[in-house]
Amino acid sequence: MKQSFSARLIIYLFSACLLGSVSGLTFADDEYNKKRMELIRVIEDDVRETSLYLDKEELDARVMKAMADVPRHEFVRKSLRSHAYENRPLPIGYGQTISQPYIVAIMTDLIKVKPGSRVLEIGTGSGYQAAILAELVDQVFTIEIIEPLSEQARALLKRLGYTNIQVKYGDGYYGWLEHAPYDAIVVTAAASHIPPPLLDQLKPGGKMIIPVGGRFMTQELLLIDKKPDGKHQTRQILPVSFVPFTREQE
Amino acid sequence: MNLFSIIQWHHFAYMIISLALLGYGISGSVIFLLQGTLIPVYRPVYIGAVLLFGISSLACFLIAQMIPFNAEEVLWDVRQPFYLLTVFLLLSIPFFFAASAICLTFMAFRKSIAGIYAMDLLGAGSGSLLIILLLYLFFPVKVLVLLAIAGLLAAVVGAWELKTGYRHWLTAAVIGTAVVLIMVMSIIQLEVSPYKSQSQQLQITGTGIITERSSPLGVLSVIESRDVPIRHAPGMSLQSRTEPLPQMAVFTNGEGMTVLTEHTTDISRLAYLDQVSWALPYHLSQAERVLVVGAGGGSDILQAIYHNAGQIDAVELNPQLVELVQKDFGDFTGRLFERDEVTIHIGEIRDFLSLKQDKYQLIQLVMVDGFNASSSGLYALNESYIYTVEAIQAYLNHLEPNGYLTVSRWVKLPPRDTLKLFATAVTALKENGINKPEQRLLLIRSWQTSTLVVKNGIFSANELEAARRFTNNRSFDLACAPDMHQGEANQYNKLTTPVFHDACRKLLSPDPQDFINQYKFNLQPATDDRPFFHHFFKWTSLPEIMGLKDKGGMPLIEWGYLVLIGTLLIAFLLGLILIVLPLKWMGRAHKDNRSIPYWRILVYFFTVGLAFMFNEIAMIQKFIQFLHHPIFAIAVVLTTFLVFAGIGSKTSEQLVKRLGYKQTIWISLLAIVLISGGYLAGLQWFFSEFASITAPLKILISVLLISPLAFFMGMPFPLALAVISPHDESLIARAWGINGWASVISAVLATITAVHFGFSVVIVIAMLLYLMLGILFPHQESSREQPTTTRHQL
Repeated sequence: MKQSFSARLIIYLFSACLLGSVSGLTFADDEYNKKRMELIRVIEDDVRETSLYLDKEELDARVMKAMADVPRHEFVRKSLRSHAYENRPLPIGYGQTISQPYIVAIMTDLIKVKPGSRVLEIGTGSGYQAAILAELVDQVFTIEIIEPLSEQARALLKRLGYTNIQVKYGDGYYGWLEHAPYDAIVVTAAASHIPPPLLDQLKPGGKMIIPVGGRFMTQELLLIDKKPDGKHQTRQILPVSFVPFTREQE
Repeated sequence: MNLFSIIQWHHFAYMIISLALLGYGISGSVIFLLQGTLIPVYRPVYIGAVLLFGISSLACFLIAQMIPFNAEEVLWDVRQPFYLLTVFLLLSIPFFFAASAICLTFMAFRKSIAGIYAMDLLGAGSGSLLIILLLYLFFPVKVLVLLAIAGLLAAVVGAWELKTGYRHWLTAAVIGTAVVLIMVMSIIQLEVSPYKSQSQQLQITGTGIITERSSPLGVLSVIESRDVPIRHAPGMSLQSRTEPLPQMAVFTNGEGMTVLTEHTTDISRLAYLDQVSWALPYHLSQAERVLVVGAGGGSDILQAIYHNAGQIDAVELNPQLVELVQKDFGDFTGRLFERDEVTIHIGEIRDFLSLKQDKYQLIQLVMVDGFNASSSGLYALNESYIYTVEAIQAYLNHLEPNGYLTVSRWVKLPPRDTLKLFATAVTALKENGINKPEQRLLLIRSWQTSTLVVKNGIFSANELEAARRFTNNRSFDLACAPDMHQGEANQYNKLTTPVFHDACRKLLSPDPQDFINQYKFNLQPATDDRPFFHHFFKWTSLPEIMGLKDKGGMPLIEWGYLVLIGTLLIAFLLGLILIVLPLKWMGRAHKDNRSIPYWRILVYFFTVGLAFMFNEIAMIQKFIQFLHHPIFAIAVVLTTFLVFAGIGSKTSEQLVKRLGYKQTIWISLLAIVLISGGYLAGLQWFFSEFASITAPLKILISVLLISPLAFFMGMPFPLALAVISPHDESLIARAWGINGWASVISAVLATITAVHFGFSVVIVIAMLLYLMLGILFPHQESSREQPTTTRHQL
């Protein structure tokens, strides 16, 4: 009796290990495409649920197309590729993550870029956000403070054929003055305050977006509008459909 | 124990450590099952177990820290719960070996149980004290090596005591190993989670740790970044064009960054400190006498200097941090704390306030999250005496007429701590007899921080105008002001609804309780009896939040409380499977002692574990209020408890000889109940009467107060054990296992009870449990008690 139990246990454990190793396997390209389309539907559903905070029922079709075109699996480690199209952040090493696709989509939508726009990104990370932006605008400039990540992203973006992205390794605090001003700035690296030079390099009428929170948990999105008169207004957006209490009608 | 707080987040450190203590209970089951094999070869097994304790305490930690557990990914990644499980199973191994050695000793020397138990408690008591000393002298990872060596040496002592034939060989081998361990000590590294703030900072090229300090208050690391300057100015106004001065970062256990700022003679370079929300009070009126709570690296002192404060008192709990600012980096900071207008006080703020009668025009608390037991992995939920109703009243008592108290917090969305703080201030004012608290409260917010100003008087029209100027110039928002109308809210940092303003108005309404009940996070003000400011969790919101977890809802989950509940459930289930069921099933094979029903033994030892920890945890909490300094309080209370419980255990032997078991147990139980009841009724009054006496006297009084209670609490376990052991030695292992299980459960359950009902209720429950013990006591011959978890508290 005991023996058969042990034998079964070994079989279970072996199967579990086998399953574990299978989950790390990569898929064929069309499999990835299929999963990416499923992800797009998940994002669309989430956006509808959060419409109260986003002020819209659906995101810009161009943004969704970019999300559908960029192969996210290329930006994650091989061992995590099977999770590339789950709506979740994934570790990319050096204590950094590739953001949750839903967050990337709404961040990109909120800055309202057009084909002729020039965009600066602080915190290249995996390069995924830069690639999404590059699908939508003419020029993307991105700065990464962690040298190996910067090198990896540069090589990857080149391999994927993105010619309109310039990657620089260095301190993002002072922005990238020679290409300023920018129509939009995306700050994905955590900061205790918003660097004044970045605000200066934003065009009047331009927008800056900053996710606030931990690496695996975006608590809120901070959207800064630079008014034509140069003054700033911020919008704090909760990327989740949650009302802490119902406001009485005045 | 605080090693895991350093490499991980404290919530899960708490869970891991609590569950690892189940190793104690499991040892009871294993010994019970294998007693026939183990007891005849007691000597080598005992020595082996102690040796394995030494080896495994180091080895298991080193293996455990290689497991890629990441608390932030728990809900994203299905593998994470398994990592968590593996980590705590690994860490339970050393506890298992230590407990096995003790349990086997009880069984081998049944006649001297009280004596063995007394020595066990005395050892644990001196261990609690020693570990605090060691943490001042060495870094935690080195303390772990020393602990491993202590384990090995204990095996040597055992070998000599038991006069084994191989004692010489063993001594030589252990000394050799110890020498090697000490030699390699410096290369053993902690694998800190890459997602902690300090690790993130260290990723930047040219950034490194330039010095470190260790104490029971945590490991302080000073970080310098040569290529990319550290620039810390939380929530600085978007209108500001100023840049922070060059800074160095100081992290405590890899989190909670504070900065050392480069000295400048040009005061205008500190202008960035006027662009943060907590600069507001300086614009309402000139503050001459300022009290800064939590001096940290000195930013708030610099801010006061920038605003021409004439006298700045600053309180800082961690003396090592003060030393860093003053001495090690004195040249960099310009010996900030030695300036004429600055006086630094080392200590805890509530203690400082109870000792000093000084009054201030401004008391500043900026993002202070004082040290508490959670930093060392003891509790999942922070107990904080800085933000209770009584604390706010204490600050107000130290304000001059028309002085200001300001408290700043990070802004969380949906709002949590800012609103709880507001509710706490409203309650404090109302309890002070202020009918219109709204005339004395001002709340503003930046995009990242909020600042609450409580005035010791009514805000004047000039002050309100100044506040509006301040906020308008910096694009900050007014959230609450006496003459504010709704249209003014939510101007610069737009939220979907003016939630801060709306909530403040409701909290100021005649019946704020309705709103507090209806809000989806817990905003009930914290009190000294329920000091859980950081407890925002509400069961009613959980289903909604869990439904949103994949849709951006993760940050809405309040982990502290959930981890407590999770720990309790897992401890209960694992205990049931690994401790209770084996003891019960196998009990059928053995012949039960018919004269003492099995269930009675089980319930008795379970209750002893529960009651002991309930009383101990509640008493630690009560005495923290008196002694204030968390490290001193825990050291004093725990050591006194363990040592006097040990003495009590030993004394119970003599008492039994004179009075018999039944009388002795009732004397001890009634004494516990009477003393606990007396403390429940009188301690608060006593503490407030003696609040202003010096620290050494407070310690002396605490020892005098705790020792009689501990003395009697040391009796119920050994008394009962002595009664049952002559019948069947296997009962010792059962009792040990059940008691170990109960201790783990009760530590968590006591905290949960305190969160909901306060620590006073925890004491009442402990009293009832002790009375129950009198009824459950196995009649016949003898017994005694055991506080397994007690020793691991540190």
